[in-house]
Amino acid sequence: MTTKEPKPAVLILANGSIYRGKAAGITGTTTGEICFNTGMTGYQEIFTDPSYFGQVMVTTNAHIGNYGIKNDDEESGKVQIAGLVCKNFTNEFSRAMADEDIQQYFEEQKIVCIHGVDTREIVREIRTLGAMNCIISSESDDIEQLKKQLAEVPDMSGLELSSKVSTLEPYDLGDPAADIKIAVMDYGTKRNILRNFVNRNCYCRVFPAKTSLAEINQFNPDAYFLSNGPGDPAAMDYAVNTVKEMLATGKPVFGICLGHQILALANGIDTYKMHHGHRGINHPVKNLVTGKCEITSQNHGFAVDAEQIENHADVEVTHVNLNDASIEGLRLKSKPAFSVQYHPEAAPGPHDAQYLFDQFVDLINQAKNN
Amino acid sequence: MPKDTSIRSVLIIGSGPIIIGQACEFDYSGTQASRSLREEGIEVSLINSNPATIMTDEVTADNIYLWPLTIESLEKILKERQIDAVLPTMGGQTALNLAIEAEKTGIWKKYNVKMIGVDVEAIELAEDRDLFRHHVVKLGLTVAPSRIANSFLEGMEAAQEIGFPLVIRPSFTLGGTGGGFVHKREEFDESLRRGLDASPTHEVLVEKAVLGWKEFELELLRDKNDNVTIICTVENLDPMGIHTGDSITVAPAMTLSDTAYQRMRDQAILLMRSMGNFAGGCNVQFAMNPVNEDLIVVEINPRVSRSSALASKATGYPIAKIAAKLAIGYTLDELNNQITKTTSAFFEPSLDYVIVKMPRWNFEKFHGADPTLGLQMKSVGEVMAIGRSFLEALQKACQSLENNRAGLGADKKEWMRTEDILQRLETASDDRIFRIRDAIRLGVPVKTLHKLTHIDPWFLNQIKRMEDAESRLFRYNVAEDIPADFFRELKSMGYSDAQIAWTMRISEEEVTRRRKALGIIRSYKMVDTCAAEFEAQTPYYYSTFDGENESIVSDKKKIIVLGSGPNRIGQGIEFDYCCVHGLLAIKEAGYEAIMVNCNPETVSTDFDIADKLYFEPVYWEHLEEILDLEKPEGVIVQLGGQTALKLAELIHKKGIPIIGTSYDDMDIAEDRGRFSDLLRDLDIPYPKYGVARDTDEALVVANTVTYPVLVRPSYVLGGQRMRIVINDEELERHVLSIFKHLPDNKVLIDQFLERAKEAEIDGIYDGEQFHIMGIMEHIEPAGIHSGDSSAVLPTYSLSQNVVDQMAIYAERLAMALKIKGLINIQFAIKGETVYVIEANPRASRTTPFIAKAYKVPYLNIATMVMLGHKKLKDFSIAKNLKGYAIKVPVFSFNKFPHVDKSLGPEMKSTGEAIQFIDDLTDPFFRELDRNRYVYLTR
Repeated sequence: MTTKEPKPAVLILANGSIYRGKAAGITGTTTGEICFNTGMTGYQEIFTDPSYFGQVMVTTNAHIGNYGIKNDDEESGKVQIAGLVCKNFTNEFSRAMADEDIQQYFEEQKIVCIHGVDTREIVREIRTLGAMNCIISSESDDIEQLKKQLAEVPDMSGLELSSKVSTLEPYDLGDPAADIKIAVMDYGTKRNILRNFVNRNCYCRVFPAKTSLAEINQFNPDAYFLSNGPGDPAAMDYAVNTVKEMLATGKPVFGICLGHQILALANGIDTYKMHHGHRGINHPVKNLVTGKCEITSQNHGFAVDAEQIENHADVEVTHVNLNDASIEGLRLKSKPAFSVQYHPEAAPGPHDAQYLFDQFVDLINQAKNN
Repeated sequence: MPKDTSIRSVLIIGSGPIIIGQACEFDYSGTQASRSLREEGIEVSLINSNPATIMTDEVTADNIYLWPLTIESLEKILKERQIDAVLPTMGGQTALNLAIEAEKTGIWKKYNVKMIGVDVEAIELAEDRDLFRHHVVKLGLTVAPSRIANSFLEGMEAAQEIGFPLVIRPSFTLGGTGGGFVHKREEFDESLRRGLDASPTHEVLVEKAVLGWKEFELELLRDKNDNVTIICTVENLDPMGIHTGDSITVAPAMTLSDTAYQRMRDQAILLMRSMGNFAGGCNVQFAMNPVNEDLIVVEINPRVSRSSALASKATGYPIAKIAAKLAIGYTLDELNNQITKTTSAFFEPSLDYVIVKMPRWNFEKFHGADPTLGLQMKSVGEVMAIGRSFLEALQKACQSLENNRAGLGADKKEWMRTEDILQRLETASDDRIFRIRDAIRLGVPVKTLHKLTHIDPWFLNQIKRMEDAESRLFRYNVAEDIPADFFRELKSMGYSDAQIAWTMRISEEEVTRRRKALGIIRSYKMVDTCAAEFEAQTPYYYSTFDGENESIVSDKKKIIVLGSGPNRIGQGIEFDYCCVHGLLAIKEAGYEAIMVNCNPETVSTDFDIADKLYFEPVYWEHLEEILDLEKPEGVIVQLGGQTALKLAELIHKKGIPIIGTSYDDMDIAEDRGRFSDLLRDLDIPYPKYGVARDTDEALVVANTVTYPVLVRPSYVLGGQRMRIVINDEELERHVLSIFKHLPDNKVLIDQFLERAKEAEIDGIYDGEQFHIMGIMEHIEPAGIHSGDSSAVLPTYSLSQNVVDQMAIYAERLAMALKIKGLINIQFAIKGETVYVIEANPRASRTTPFIAKAYKVPYLNIATMVMLGHKKLKDFSIAKNLKGYAIKVPVFSFNKFPHVDKSLGPEMKSTGEAIQFIDDLTDPFFRELDRNRYVYLTR
């Protein structure tokens, strides 16, 4: 590798910072909101998580690509991140079970990557200044032109993105004869969520984000699931309204990440854009109901307002983040509905919170028995 | 309730003398635990027989018992002091075994002492191979097929059933003692017999060897509410088959996908939760089939271990400190991350760098020792290096080892013959990583290397990148030709200037000059547990070649303390003790104290001992840039053993003051010729001597000096390759061997004073006053290295006249050498004549021993004197010793069954204990005295 002159690439942040490094993936230009993930494993799952749609990912782990790419490890049908920033892009991989190397994968998926930059400095900048847009280019070194292009990138606040990653047509998963039927609202769902339902013998129908409740109810589901996904939940009135209707049915509702935020909005609790969000697989969460703690996988740039929940008659906090006391989980007192901000399905990340899927199934069974 | 308020007084058990497999990492954990408990207002008592530890110092614990680690000692402590609880998980297997034995005799119960941080049943489950195997299987996890054997016959049956290759693992032994791989039927009988003998219960496990599987270790913490977190995942570069203490290890895991890792994490947590309900640290080892990613549980250690010390340094997460708090009842969510101070201690550290741990062996000390690596740990120390890529960390680790290597190859120590190299690859020994590099240079394909070593191709391919880089570098003739980007890339790959120079066959100075002209200098990054996600308050840094420098230089006056690198025979924990005190004294004197070292087992590299820590190789190129950045008032080299002292010349030449004795005066003491001239001028007797550059000269010198003579290379540590020879033939053979192994060296030949007594003085001189810290008399006669002799403080058989002479000579020497700080002088006494053998212008191996024996904070005093902050007259020094203190050497010969155990001028002991006696009728002393000639075989 070192004998070949690597192609240069440049990264520009909205605050004007310029980082020069080497290009990988395809030659091109890409833009998006820059964010960082501190996970030391699971790069492929991160890249394919639809919640990252439109974002440029900085991976803090020193090497990326070491264990190659394995088709089964994808969390959606394609790479969702808008671009990658990393320290050492490592094309030579070692994993007997892998299917291909990361460069090949990025070429197929048309992903622009810059590596060999000081990712730690970039993270410190994001940590200090907050989330912002950026541009990566491996085809142009015209900084002024690139800056102009960067200025045109829309702000993540107020951006509705779910409909861009959601399935176009409903599809079914699992055993049609299963006792439990779940209607999954696909705001950008990760595959492992669906696997968790199927493994618990649930039959799922996955609906496009903007499907009306009337249409969903033709499936006659026992419960509703609100998936994770990208963008600003406050820009998703359509989803909030549908969820309000779902709650009115009295059937169980479970939300993850964006789904959690929508459940909060449907109960009149606001969401806000965080300074730079939580992205990683080491986030500490305390379950206030059991008193137990769990290490969680997280990926969110928006959160629900803690104060409004505290003053809400029908909503109680079930989980909090031990680092910054932000809201990690809630439930309704009067209805069988709950949600978490983090990712119990993991992929990547620890499996500490998978009990939540069991909890949902229990809730469904209870509701069915009543 | 956050903590158990019934615990007001805790006893911590230390790990005793340093032996292979149980080294100063337990001083680190014990010290952390003690400080952590004292933070909570708990009174800490500490028992340990090892005087060189910082844990047995007044700065660490409230009540210190430098007593033998026995039930009798425990009972004596419990009689005289109210102890509410005992914490036995910080002192390795030694402390655990003692605590369990005490439990069985019922003394904890008798004195109403609670055992905390441990579950005896969990320990026994983990230690009893057969029970453990069944336990794991019951949990639904997998172990390697195995059978337990309590007799030779049962062992034979097991082997027949399981087939070769297999492993023999004795139950209840430390660091794999007595265990080993058996590849063929013919090797089996002897191995089985040794295994059965090594086990206190005459029990071994005969197990299928999963040679070549990938090996991983997870470090876990659990609290009383069963919350569990993984602090660190370590991947062994050397796969299954080599003891993890002898493996090169890497964190974070490099070749582990999230799916594979999460399965491992789930299993580790399941295992820990299934083993009793102790709150504290735990280590789980896994083997992974590289083809299908199947996992096998190898072992679990439900206590703080060697790897927890490494994991703490690797991540910044202080495992022992937190484990101690968990032991007294805190839960993880109640505690803060000690590095960020604002986030939770319940989290899993994220690394944005790579660490490589490399073991340090000392096979040259054990003639006849088998350097093959296997189940039994043989290394005596280790280094850790941090970089922003695997290669950078790997090369920095090589630079840290102090094996005179400039990195991983590309220096003049490379091997050339393919057959030799391939042979060394197949049977792993201490130099395997260097041979891999040699093989790649000679064009051996990665596939072949993988077949021979089973090392994951990812690591091999990374090392191969060096070959590509070097062949590109080879195209350039002078440093000016190297393009700036490529130069920077080379440095990011961990290349030292010396390696670049060697590859191009140009001078190192030329490379350095060009590099600096291009502005390619190190920047420093913080070890912060969280990959920069949160702001950290902890000044723990490593160097790399990357954009932003995070090490902000304060406007305070700074003093740098140089550590002693990896532990090895002749230079170990005692210098860590000295460095810790040095740092504390520097702070007390109002300076900013900066530590530089690369040994992860040490207390001095704990992030809250110094004001600022650079975890870096004690290697000039790295040190020089720290000096350039920090611009310190000076550097203390007296506390870091020979390693630090060796760098004095370069520091001096750079114009940075050496704190304490000047470089030139230290050089007089170090240079045999200058030193003898000085002794002559001072009218101090010394043995006849001469210097030789070849064998002919050596023969002339030896015959002038007259046999027997002591032969040694100049500038070595711990008497390396030092011999006593009695005739020309022996002399010739030995001198040739020295030149073969240490070319470009000189040979020193001293007259050997037969049947002389040996004694030594440690002292402090401040320019006006000389203070004798202690005079020690060796029990064994001259000819045994001072580190291997039993030393009695104060002298017990020397005449007053002799003692007076020693004191006079010591003062005369200290004055003449213009010592500012510490000096150690070694004497030989024949009749009433006192000869000076050598002087060390630095802290010695015995400095901590004397400080402990007399209960005087000598290292604090010495550092204050070095700094010029105080004079000896400012201290009122009251020595407090009833009777005598004896320093007793401890050996690790059981790790080397075929080695020559006789003692001589080359040091072989790995540790030491202190024993206090009231008078010379003490049976312990009489036994030592009776055996004083036993070890002298030549």
